[in-house]
Amino acid sequence: MARPVSYNLVKKPLEADISIADMPEGQQGEGFFATKLSNVIGLARKNSIWPLPFATSCCGIEFMATMGSHYDLARFGSERVGFSPRQCDLLMVMGTIAKKMGPVVKQVYLQMAEPRWVMAVGACASSGGIFDTYSVLQGIDQVIPVDVYVPGCPPRPEAIIDGVMRIQDLVGKESLRRRNGEQYKLLLESYGIQ
Amino acid sequence: MSLTNDDIKQKLTEKFGEQVYEFEEPYGMLTFEAPKDLNLKVLNFLYDDEALKFRFMTDLCAVHYPEKTGRELAVVYHLHNLVDNIRIRFKVFTDINKPDIYTASGLFSAANWMERETYDFYGVNFVGHPKLKRILNVDEMDYFPMRKEFPLEDSTRIDKDDEMFGRGGTLGFCERTDHGNATIAEADKPDETGRNII
Repeated sequence: MARPVSYNLVKKPLEADISIADMPEGQQGEGFFATKLSNVIGLARKNSIWPLPFATSCCGIEFMATMGSHYDLARFGSERVGFSPRQCDLLMVMGTIAKKMGPVVKQVYLQMAEPRWVMAVGACASSGGIFDTYSVLQGIDQVIPVDVYVPGCPPRPEAIIDGVMRIQDLVGKESLRRRNGEQYKLLLESYGIQ
Repeated sequence: MSLTNDDIKQKLTEKFGEQVYEFEEPYGMLTFEAPKDLNLKVLNFLYDDEALKFRFMTDLCAVHYPEKTGRELAVVYHLHNLVDNIRIRFKVFTDINKPDIYTASGLFSAANWMERETYDFYGVNFVGHPKLKRILNVDEMDYFPMRKEFPLEDSTRIDKDDEMFGRGGTLGFCERTDHGNATIAEADKPDETGRNII
Protein backbone atom coordinates (compact mmCIF):
# COMPACT_ATOMS: atom_id res chain seq x y z
CA MET A 1 0.00 0.00 0.00
CA ALA A 2 1.18 3.51 -0.74
CA ARG A 3 2.82 5.68 1.86
CA PRO A 4 0.67 8.66 2.87
CA VAL A 5 1.75 12.00 1.50
CA SER A 6 3.76 13.84 4.11
CA TYR A 7 4.94 17.03 2.39
CA ASN A 8 3.13 19.95 0.83
CA LEU A 9 -0.14 19.20 2.62
CA VAL A 10 -1.20 22.76 3.34
CA LYS A 11 -1.75 24.99 0.38
CA LYS A 12 0.38 28.07 0.80
CA PRO A 13 -1.34 31.30 -0.18
CA LEU A 14 0.37 33.43 -2.78
CA GLU A 15 1.98 36.34 -0.98
CA ALA A 16 3.24 38.34 -3.90
CA ASP A 17 3.55 37.90 -7.60
CA ILE A 18 7.28 38.29 -7.57
CA SER A 19 9.59 36.84 -4.94
CA ILE A 20 12.64 38.87 -4.14
CA ALA A 21 15.62 37.74 -2.13
CA ASP A 22 15.68 38.82 1.48
CA MET A 23 17.78 41.74 2.58
CA PRO A 24 20.77 40.80 4.71
CA GLU A 25 20.98 42.21 8.22
CA GLY A 26 22.48 45.60 8.48
CA GLN A 27 22.02 49.20 9.44
CA GLN A 28 19.64 51.17 7.37
CA GLY A 29 19.24 54.86 7.20
CA GLU A 30 18.12 57.70 4.97
CA GLY A 31 19.48 56.64 1.59
CA PHE A 32 22.04 54.11 2.75
CA PHE A 33 22.26 50.55 3.90
CA ALA A 34 25.31 49.21 5.70
CA THR A 35 26.07 45.56 6.03
CA LYS A 36 28.99 43.17 5.88
CA LEU A 37 30.71 42.82 2.54
CA SER A 38 30.53 39.05 2.75
CA ASN A 39 26.75 39.27 3.11
CA VAL A 40 26.36 41.31 -0.02
CA ILE A 41 28.76 39.26 -2.05
CA GLY A 42 27.23 36.06 -0.77
CA LEU A 43 23.78 37.27 -1.71
CA ALA A 44 24.88 38.18 -5.19
CA ARG A 45 26.79 34.97 -5.74
CA LYS A 46 24.20 32.62 -4.42
CA ASN A 47 21.43 33.90 -6.61
CA SER A 48 23.46 33.75 -9.79
CA ILE A 49 25.26 30.44 -9.75
CA TRP A 50 26.31 29.30 -13.20
CA PRO A 51 26.38 25.52 -13.20
CA LEU A 52 28.53 23.25 -15.33
CA PRO A 53 26.52 20.10 -15.91
CA PHE A 54 28.94 17.18 -16.12
CA ALA A 55 26.13 14.85 -17.05
CA THR A 56 27.22 11.29 -17.75
CA SER A 57 24.22 8.99 -17.47
CA CYS A 58 20.71 8.75 -16.09
CA CYS A 59 21.13 11.54 -13.58
CA GLY A 60 21.89 13.77 -16.54
CA ILE A 61 18.43 13.06 -17.87
CA GLU A 62 16.96 14.07 -14.54
CA PHE A 63 18.96 17.27 -14.77
CA MET A 64 17.49 17.90 -18.19
CA ALA A 65 14.08 17.61 -16.56
CA THR A 66 15.20 19.97 -13.83
CA MET A 67 16.22 22.57 -16.37
CA GLY A 68 12.90 22.20 -18.15
CA SER A 69 9.99 24.45 -17.44
CA HIS A 70 8.17 22.21 -14.97
CA TYR A 71 10.95 22.05 -12.37
CA ASP A 72 12.67 25.16 -13.55
CA LEU A 73 16.18 25.57 -12.20
CA ALA A 74 16.49 28.94 -13.90
CA ARG A 75 14.35 30.60 -11.28
CA PHE A 76 17.21 30.03 -8.81
CA GLY A 77 19.54 32.07 -10.93
CA SER A 78 21.05 29.16 -12.82
CA GLU A 79 19.64 30.28 -16.11
CA ARG A 80 22.91 30.09 -17.96
CA VAL A 81 24.48 26.67 -17.84
CA GLY A 82 27.94 26.77 -19.29
CA PHE A 83 30.06 23.99 -20.59
CA SER A 84 33.29 25.81 -20.20
CA PRO A 85 34.83 25.33 -16.77
CA ARG A 86 36.54 28.70 -16.95
CA GLN A 87 33.22 30.48 -16.73
CA CYS A 88 31.28 28.39 -14.27
CA ASP A 89 30.90 28.33 -10.51
CA LEU A 90 29.29 25.01 -9.76
CA LEU A 91 30.46 21.68 -11.15
CA MET A 92 27.51 19.30 -11.06
CA VAL A 93 28.72 15.75 -11.63
CA MET A 94 25.69 13.73 -12.58
CA GLY A 95 26.14 10.10 -13.39
CA THR A 96 28.54 7.20 -13.24
CA ILE A 97 32.18 8.13 -13.48
CA ALA A 98 34.44 5.31 -14.65
CA LYS A 99 38.00 5.05 -13.45
CA LYS A 100 39.13 6.06 -16.90
CA MET A 101 37.04 9.24 -16.62
CA GLY A 102 38.44 10.21 -13.21
CA PRO A 103 41.40 12.22 -14.52
CA VAL A 104 39.06 14.04 -16.91
CA VAL A 105 36.79 15.17 -14.06
CA LYS A 106 39.87 16.28 -12.15
CA GLN A 107 41.12 18.26 -15.11
CA VAL A 108 37.76 19.99 -15.51
CA TYR A 109 37.80 20.84 -11.80
CA LEU A 110 41.32 22.24 -12.05
CA GLN A 111 40.31 24.50 -14.90
CA MET A 112 37.57 26.15 -12.87
CA ALA A 113 38.33 29.50 -11.32
CA GLU A 114 37.86 30.17 -7.62
CA PRO A 115 35.35 30.34 -6.01
CA ARG A 116 34.10 26.99 -7.18
CA TRP A 117 31.73 24.46 -5.70
CA VAL A 118 31.11 20.81 -6.57
CA MET A 119 27.88 18.91 -6.32
CA ALA A 120 27.73 15.13 -6.69
CA VAL A 121 24.30 14.22 -8.01
CA GLY A 122 23.09 10.69 -7.72
CA ALA A 123 24.35 7.52 -6.11
CA CYS A 124 27.04 6.82 -8.69
CA ALA A 125 28.77 10.16 -8.32
CA SER A 126 28.48 10.06 -4.55
CA SER A 127 29.73 6.55 -3.90
CA GLY A 128 29.81 4.43 -7.04
CA GLY A 129 26.15 3.56 -6.66
CA ILE A 130 25.10 0.05 -7.57
CA PHE A 131 28.23 -0.37 -9.68
CA ASP A 132 30.59 -1.92 -7.16
CA THR A 133 33.03 -3.03 -9.82
CA TYR A 134 36.57 -2.75 -11.12
CA SER A 135 35.83 -0.07 -13.63
CA VAL A 136 33.71 2.44 -11.72
CA LEU A 137 35.16 5.14 -9.50
CA GLN A 138 33.55 4.68 -6.11
CA GLY A 139 32.51 8.26 -5.67
CA ILE A 140 34.02 11.38 -7.20
CA ASP A 141 35.36 12.42 -3.83
CA GLN A 142 38.20 10.06 -4.61
CA VAL A 143 39.47 12.67 -7.06
CA ILE A 144 37.94 16.07 -6.24
CA PRO A 145 36.55 17.70 -3.10
CA VAL A 146 32.76 17.72 -3.05
CA ASP A 147 30.50 20.21 -1.29
CA VAL A 148 27.02 18.74 -1.59
CA TYR A 149 25.95 15.17 -2.27
CA VAL A 150 22.48 14.50 -3.63
CA PRO A 151 21.52 10.87 -3.09
CA GLY A 152 19.07 9.06 -5.30
CA CYS A 153 19.07 6.75 -8.26
CA PRO A 154 18.23 8.98 -9.96
CA PRO A 155 17.29 11.79 -7.61
CA ARG A 156 14.03 13.48 -8.48
CA PRO A 157 14.30 17.00 -9.91
CA GLU A 158 13.02 18.31 -6.60
CA ALA A 159 15.96 16.62 -4.91
CA ILE A 160 18.40 18.19 -7.35
CA ILE A 161 16.82 21.57 -6.68
CA ASP A 162 17.17 20.90 -2.98
CA GLY A 163 20.86 20.23 -3.56
CA VAL A 164 21.20 23.51 -5.40
CA MET A 165 19.49 25.29 -2.52
CA ARG A 166 22.00 23.79 -0.08
CA ILE A 167 24.77 25.02 -2.33
CA GLN A 168 23.13 28.42 -2.20
CA ASP A 169 23.26 28.28 1.59
CA LEU A 170 26.94 27.42 1.45
CA VAL A 171 27.65 30.18 -1.03
CA GLY A 172 25.73 32.78 0.90
CA LYS A 173 27.49 32.08 4.17
CA GLU A 174 31.00 31.54 2.90
CA SER A 175 33.70 33.72 4.34
CA LEU A 176 35.59 35.82 1.81
CA ARG A 177 38.90 34.62 3.16
CA ARG A 178 38.15 30.92 2.99
CA ARG A 179 39.84 30.23 -0.34
CA ASN A 180 43.10 31.76 0.81
CA GLY A 181 43.16 30.04 4.16
CA GLU A 182 45.36 27.27 5.46
CA GLN A 183 42.59 24.71 5.87
CA TYR A 184 41.47 25.02 2.28
CA LYS A 185 45.04 24.64 1.08
CA LEU A 186 45.41 21.46 3.12
CA LEU A 187 42.15 20.16 1.69
CA LEU A 188 43.33 20.65 -1.85
CA GLU A 189 46.69 19.13 -1.12
CA SER A 190 45.02 16.02 0.19
CA TYR A 191 43.64 15.62 -3.33
CA GLY A 192 46.97 16.32 -4.93
CA ILE A 193 45.94 19.74 -6.20
CA GLN A 194 48.33 22.64 -5.63
CA MET B 1 17.55 -20.71 -54.82
CA SER B 2 18.86 -18.95 -51.76
CA LEU B 3 21.74 -20.07 -49.63
CA THR B 4 20.95 -22.48 -46.82
CA ASN B 5 22.96 -23.69 -43.87
CA ASP B 6 23.53 -27.02 -45.56
CA ASP B 7 25.02 -25.33 -48.62
CA ILE B 8 27.43 -23.41 -46.44
CA LYS B 9 28.39 -26.54 -44.53
CA GLN B 10 28.96 -28.41 -47.75
CA LYS B 11 31.15 -25.70 -49.24
CA LEU B 12 33.20 -25.49 -46.08
CA THR B 13 33.82 -29.22 -45.87
CA GLU B 14 34.65 -29.31 -49.58
CA LYS B 15 37.34 -26.73 -49.11
CA PHE B 16 38.69 -27.60 -45.65
CA GLY B 17 37.71 -31.21 -45.17
CA GLU B 18 38.25 -32.45 -41.65
CA GLN B 19 39.64 -29.16 -40.39
CA VAL B 20 36.22 -27.61 -39.85
CA TYR B 21 34.21 -29.53 -37.31
CA GLU B 22 31.65 -29.24 -34.52
CA PHE B 23 28.87 -28.10 -36.76
CA GLU B 24 25.82 -27.07 -34.76
CA GLU B 25 22.74 -25.01 -35.41
CA PRO B 26 21.54 -23.39 -32.21
CA TYR B 27 18.40 -21.38 -32.96
CA GLY B 28 18.98 -21.89 -36.67
CA MET B 29 22.39 -20.17 -36.81
CA LEU B 30 25.15 -22.35 -38.23
CA THR B 31 28.09 -22.60 -35.87
CA PHE B 32 31.39 -24.31 -36.52
CA GLU B 33 34.89 -24.50 -35.26
CA ALA B 34 38.36 -24.63 -36.77
CA PRO B 35 41.93 -24.75 -35.48
CA LYS B 36 43.27 -21.34 -34.61
CA ASP B 37 45.98 -21.35 -37.28
CA LEU B 38 43.36 -21.53 -39.99
CA ASN B 39 41.18 -18.70 -38.78
CA LEU B 40 42.32 -16.25 -41.44
CA LYS B 41 42.06 -18.84 -44.20
CA VAL B 42 38.48 -19.64 -43.22
CA LEU B 43 37.54 -15.97 -42.88
CA ASN B 44 39.06 -15.16 -46.26
CA PHE B 45 37.28 -18.06 -47.86
CA LEU B 46 33.95 -17.00 -46.42
CA TYR B 47 34.62 -13.46 -47.63
CA ASP B 48 35.87 -14.15 -51.15
CA ASP B 49 33.65 -17.01 -52.25
CA GLU B 50 30.99 -15.69 -54.60
CA ALA B 51 28.26 -17.93 -53.30
CA LEU B 52 29.02 -17.44 -49.60
CA LYS B 53 29.83 -13.70 -49.49
CA PHE B 54 30.12 -13.26 -45.71
CA ARG B 55 31.37 -9.72 -45.99
CA PHE B 56 30.09 -8.18 -42.78
CA MET B 57 31.51 -8.89 -39.35
CA THR B 58 28.84 -8.40 -36.73
CA ASP B 59 30.83 -9.28 -33.67
CA LEU B 60 34.15 -10.52 -32.41
CA CYS B 61 34.32 -11.62 -28.82
CA ALA B 62 35.90 -14.15 -26.53
CA VAL B 63 34.69 -16.63 -23.94
CA HIS B 64 36.68 -18.09 -21.11
CA TYR B 65 36.00 -21.74 -20.29
CA PRO B 66 38.16 -22.47 -17.26
CA GLU B 67 37.37 -26.17 -17.20
CA LYS B 68 38.52 -26.95 -20.76
CA THR B 69 42.26 -27.20 -20.16
CA GLY B 70 44.23 -26.57 -23.33
CA ARG B 71 41.29 -24.82 -24.95
CA GLU B 72 40.28 -22.22 -22.38
CA LEU B 73 39.83 -19.11 -24.47
CA ALA B 74 37.43 -19.19 -27.38
CA VAL B 75 37.38 -16.36 -29.89
CA VAL B 76 34.02 -16.14 -31.61
CA TYR B 77 33.40 -14.40 -34.94
CA HIS B 78 29.86 -13.56 -36.00
CA LEU B 79 29.61 -12.97 -39.74
CA HIS B 80 26.68 -11.86 -41.83
CA ASN B 81 25.88 -12.31 -45.49
CA LEU B 82 24.04 -9.11 -46.31
CA VAL B 83 22.79 -10.24 -49.71
CA ASP B 84 21.11 -13.47 -48.64
CA ASN B 85 20.61 -12.49 -44.99
CA ILE B 86 22.37 -15.47 -43.46
CA ARG B 87 24.36 -15.33 -40.25
CA ILE B 88 27.11 -17.67 -39.24
CA ARG B 89 29.21 -18.16 -36.14
CA PHE B 90 32.83 -19.28 -36.27
CA LYS B 91 34.84 -20.22 -33.18
CA VAL B 92 38.53 -20.82 -32.59
CA PHE B 93 39.90 -22.13 -29.32
CA THR B 94 43.26 -21.41 -27.80
CA ASP B 95 45.24 -22.25 -24.69
CA ILE B 96 45.19 -19.59 -22.03
CA ASN B 97 48.94 -19.76 -21.52
CA LYS B 98 49.66 -18.93 -25.13
CA PRO B 99 46.65 -17.04 -26.48
CA ASP B 100 47.95 -15.99 -29.91
CA ILE B 101 45.44 -15.62 -32.71
CA TYR B 102 46.01 -14.06 -36.12
CA THR B 103 44.28 -10.73 -36.42
CA ALA B 104 41.27 -10.28 -38.68
CA SER B 105 41.74 -6.51 -38.88
CA GLY B 106 43.33 -6.79 -42.31
CA LEU B 107 40.11 -8.24 -43.65
CA PHE B 108 37.49 -6.43 -41.58
CA SER B 109 38.16 -2.93 -40.25
CA ALA B 110 35.56 -3.51 -37.57
CA ALA B 111 37.83 -6.16 -36.09
CA ASN B 112 40.35 -3.51 -35.07
CA TRP B 113 38.58 -2.13 -32.01
CA MET B 114 36.78 -5.38 -31.28
CA GLU B 115 40.10 -7.17 -30.99
CA ARG B 116 41.42 -4.43 -28.75
CA GLU B 117 38.42 -4.92 -26.49
CA THR B 118 38.95 -8.71 -26.51
CA TYR B 119 42.58 -8.17 -25.57
CA ASP B 120 41.58 -5.71 -22.85
CA PHE B 121 39.16 -8.08 -21.16
CA TYR B 122 40.52 -11.57 -21.90
CA GLY B 123 44.17 -11.14 -22.76
CA VAL B 124 43.96 -12.68 -26.22
CA ASN B 125 47.04 -11.62 -28.15
CA PHE B 126 46.15 -10.80 -31.76
CA VAL B 127 49.25 -11.33 -33.86
CA GLY B 128 49.71 -8.58 -36.42
CA HIS B 129 47.29 -6.09 -34.91
CA PRO B 130 48.35 -2.50 -35.63
CA LYS B 131 47.75 -1.17 -32.11
CA LEU B 132 46.94 -3.78 -29.52
CA LYS B 133 46.46 -1.85 -26.32
CA ARG B 134 43.72 -1.44 -23.77
CA ILE B 135 40.71 0.37 -25.04
CA LEU B 136 38.04 0.48 -22.35
CA ASN B 137 39.91 -0.03 -19.10
CA VAL B 138 42.58 2.15 -17.54
CA ASP B 139 45.94 1.58 -19.18
CA GLU B 140 47.68 0.69 -15.94
CA MET B 141 45.48 -2.31 -15.28
CA ASP B 142 47.59 -5.47 -15.13
CA TYR B 143 44.90 -8.13 -15.10
CA PHE B 144 42.19 -9.20 -17.54
CA PRO B 145 38.82 -8.61 -15.90
CA MET B 146 36.47 -10.92 -17.79
CA ARG B 147 38.48 -14.05 -17.16
CA LYS B 148 36.79 -16.23 -14.60
CA GLU B 149 39.75 -16.24 -12.22
CA PHE B 150 38.60 -13.75 -9.65
CA PRO B 151 36.35 -14.12 -6.63
CA LEU B 152 33.04 -12.35 -6.89
CA GLU B 153 33.87 -9.83 -4.19
CA ASP B 154 37.20 -8.36 -3.31
CA SER B 155 37.80 -9.46 0.26
CA THR B 156 40.46 -6.82 0.85
CA ARG B 157 38.16 -3.84 0.24
CA ILE B 158 38.10 -1.44 3.12
CA ASP B 159 35.93 1.35 1.82
CA LYS B 160 32.64 -0.51 1.76
CA ASP B 161 30.84 -0.61 5.07
CA ASP B 162 30.26 -4.25 6.06
CA GLU B 163 27.12 -3.48 7.98
CA MET B 164 25.42 -1.66 5.20
CA PHE B 165 26.23 -4.38 2.71
CA GLY B 166 24.88 -7.22 4.75
CA ARG B 167 28.18 -8.88 5.62
CA GLY B 168 28.15 -9.55 9.31
CA GLY B 169 28.56 -6.43 11.36
CA THR B 170 26.64 -5.67 14.52
CA LEU B 171 23.15 -5.77 13.07
CA GLY B 172 23.53 -9.32 11.83
CA PHE B 173 21.59 -9.14 8.59
CA CYS B 174 21.83 -12.23 6.39
CA GLU B 175 23.47 -14.25 9.11
CA ARG B 176 20.98 -17.06 8.71
CA THR B 177 22.31 -20.58 8.36
CA ASP B 178 19.13 -22.36 7.26
CA HIS B 179 19.64 -21.73 3.58
CA GLY B 180 18.46 -25.24 2.86
CA ASN B 181 14.80 -25.17 3.84
CA ALA B 182 13.21 -21.86 3.16
CA THR B 183 9.56 -22.38 3.97
CA ILE B 184 6.91 -19.82 4.60
CA ALA B 185 5.02 -20.04 7.86
CA GLU B 186 1.32 -20.86 7.44
CA ALA B 187 0.18 -17.57 8.86
CA ASP B 188 2.23 -15.54 6.41
CA LYS B 189 1.02 -17.24 3.28
CA PRO B 190 -1.36 -15.12 1.24
CA ASP B 191 -4.95 -16.35 1.52
CA GLU B 192 -7.07 -17.46 -1.40
CA THR B 193 -8.08 -14.01 -2.45
CA GLY B 194 -4.46 -13.01 -2.86
CA ARG B 195 -4.51 -10.42 -0.10
CA ASN B 196 -2.79 -10.60 3.25
CA ILE B 197 0.57 -10.00 1.68
CA ILE B 198 2.20 -7.69 4.15
